[in-house]
Amino acid sequence: MSSAMDEQRRADGQREMGEQQGRQSASFGGVQARSGSVMNEPRIAIRNLDFFYGDNKALKQVRLDLPERQVTGMIGPSGCGKSTLLRVLNRMYDLYPGQRATGEVMMDGMNIISPEVDLNALRARIGMVFQKPTPFPMTVYENIAFGVKLHERLSRAAMDERVEWSLTRAALWGEVKDRLTTSAMGLSGGQQQRLCIARTIAVRPEVILLDEPTSALDPISTLKVEELIDELKHDFTIAIVTHNMQQAARCADQVAFFYLGEMVEVAPAAQLFTAPKERRTQEYITGRFG
Amino acid sequence: MSATTLTPAPGTGSPGMAKNEVVARALGRRRHRVNLIVKTLCVTATVIGLALLASILFTLLWRGLGGLSLTVFTTATKPPGSNGGLLNAIVGTLIQTGIGTLIGTPIGLMVGTYLAEYGHGSLISNVVRFVSDVLLSAPSILIGLFIYQLVVEPMGGFSGIAGSLALAVLVIPIVVRTTEDMLRLIPATLREAAVGLGAPKWKMITLICYRAAMDGIVTGVLLAVARIAGETAPLLFTSLGNLNWSVNMSQPMASLPVTIYQYAGSAFDDWVQLAWVAALLITVGVLAINIIARFALRGRT
Repeated sequence: MSSAMDEQRRADGQREMGEQQGRQSASFGGVQARSGSVMNEPRIAIRNLDFFYGDNKALKQVRLDLPERQVTGMIGPSGCGKSTLLRVLNRMYDLYPGQRATGEVMMDGMNIISPEVDLNALRARIGMVFQKPTPFPMTVYENIAFGVKLHERLSRAAMDERVEWSLTRAALWGEVKDRLTTSAMGLSGGQQQRLCIARTIAVRPEVILLDEPTSALDPISTLKVEELIDELKHDFTIAIVTHNMQQAARCADQVAFFYLGEMVEVAPAAQLFTAPKERRTQEYITGRFG
Repeated sequence: MSATTLTPAPGTGSPGMAKNEVVARALGRRRHRVNLIVKTLCVTATVIGLALLASILFTLLWRGLGGLSLTVFTTATKPPGSNGGLLNAIVGTLIQTGIGTLIGTPIGLMVGTYLAEYGHGSLISNVVRFVSDVLLSAPSILIGLFIYQLVVEPMGGFSGIAGSLALAVLVIPIVVRTTEDMLRLIPATLREAAVGLGAPKWKMITLICYRAAMDGIVTGVLLAVARIAGETAPLLFTSLGNLNWSVNMSQPMASLPVTIYQYAGSAFDDWVQLAWVAALLITVGVLAINIIARFALRGRT
C-alpha cells in the first residue's frame, strides 16, 4: 500500500519536474515546440525521456509532441535513437530485460512508461508496423482476425466486415479478396507489408508506429504504402521512422531530426528541409554526415 | 571421370592467361589432380557407408520377406514348431511407443518452451539444458535400470506401463532439444509483431510461435518415435517381453525389439525366422517414419 503511494508520489514528482523543464526548453526554443500543431492538443507528449540499453544511454532528454491525426517523420543517422523511440511508445522494450526508460510519455493523462500500464491494452491503442513484413504463418483472413480477437468478441459476420474494412483501408482488398483463405506467406513482399498495416489498423488503434515500413520494398510497393499513409492520417496519428529523407518530406507533416540520442530539431517538413535552424540538421540533410 | 578433358586445349585459354600459359596449364593440371584425389576419397567413403546400409537392408529383405505371411500379423508368438506370429509383439510395440510418446512429448514440449521463451540465459535454464543434453546421450540401458528402480520394484513386477515410462524418458530430451531449437529459429520480429498487436505472451507462444515452429517440432517428435520404436535395452528391465497375447499394461508386455533379442539367438529355426521378420518390420516402420519426417513435412512449408 505504502509502496504504491510512494510510487504515485514519485511519478507526480517526475511529472512536475518534467513540466518545469518543459517550460524552460519551451522558453528557450519555443518555435520548435509550437511549430507542429498549433490547433490540436498533442496525441502523445514526450518529455525528458531517457532510454537505456543496459548502461548505454540511447535517448537523452527527448522532448517531442505527436500531433493528433498528423504524420510525424523521424529521421537521423543509424543508431541515433529514432527506432528506439518508437519502441518506447508501445513499450516493446519490455520484452527485453536490461532495457528501461525514464521520463514522461503522456497519452490521455497516462504516462505510457509507468509500470502500472496494461501493456496489452496499450498496444491495442498504439499499433506498430515493422521494417520487414512479418505475416503470421496462417491465412490472410486469420492474420487480420488474430489481433481483433485479442481485444473484441465479434460475430462471424462482424469479423468478415472488419477484415474487409481493414484490407480495404490498407489498399489490399482488391488483390486478396479471392485468396483470403490461402496462406499469407504466399503474398508478395509489398502485399505482406500492406497486410501487416491492415492487421494493425484492424485493431483500430489511435496511433500507428511505422518503423522503416518501406525499406524492404520495391519502388511501386513503396509508393502504395506512402499513398496509404497519406490516406490513414485522416483517422490515425502516425509516427514514421525512415532513412529516406524524400520519403519524410513526402509523407510527414512535421519532421524530427535525431542525432546521437538527442532530438535535435522538429519542424514542419517543408521548413526542416529548406530552412533548418540547427547546424547539425543542415549538415545531415545536405549529406555532410550520417 | 574424364577430368583431364576439362584442361583448356593449347591456344584456347583466355587472353589474360596468355603471358604464362604454360604455368597456368601446369597449375591447372595439378589442381585437377588434387581435385580428382579428394573426389575419389569422398566417393569411396560414401560408397562404403551406403554399401553397409544397403547390405543390412538387403539381408533383412532377403531373410525377412521369406517369413512374411498373414500369420505373422494375426497370431501371437507361440512355442517353437507351432506356427506362431508376432501379433503380440507388434501391438506391444505400438502401445508402448504410443504411450511413451504421448507422455514424453508434452513434457519435452513444455521444457523446450521454457528454455526458449522464459528461462532466457538464467542459471536454471542452463542447468536444465545441460541435464537434458546429458539425458540425450545417456546409454538407454541406464534409463531401463532407472525405471526398474522407480516403477518395477515398487509395483512388484515388470509391466507395459514401466516400458512406456522408460521410452517416455528417452523421448523427453529429444523433444526438448528440437522444440528449443525450432522456437529459437523464429525471428524476433514475428514475436514483436504478435506482442505489438496486444497479445499476451502465452498467446504469442501458443498461437504464433508454435504454429511457426510446427513443422520442426513435429519432425522432432517423429524422429523420437523412430528412435524409441527400436529400443531394446530400456524394455528388458521394464516390460520384459511376453510370449503370450497381452494388452494389460500392468503385466509384462511383448515388443518387437525384445522379441528379436529373444528369438534371434534361439535354437529353433522358426523363431530365428520370426526374428528376421520382426527386424524387417521395425526397420521398414522406422524408415517410413524418417521419410515422412524428412520429406512430407518439408514439402508442406
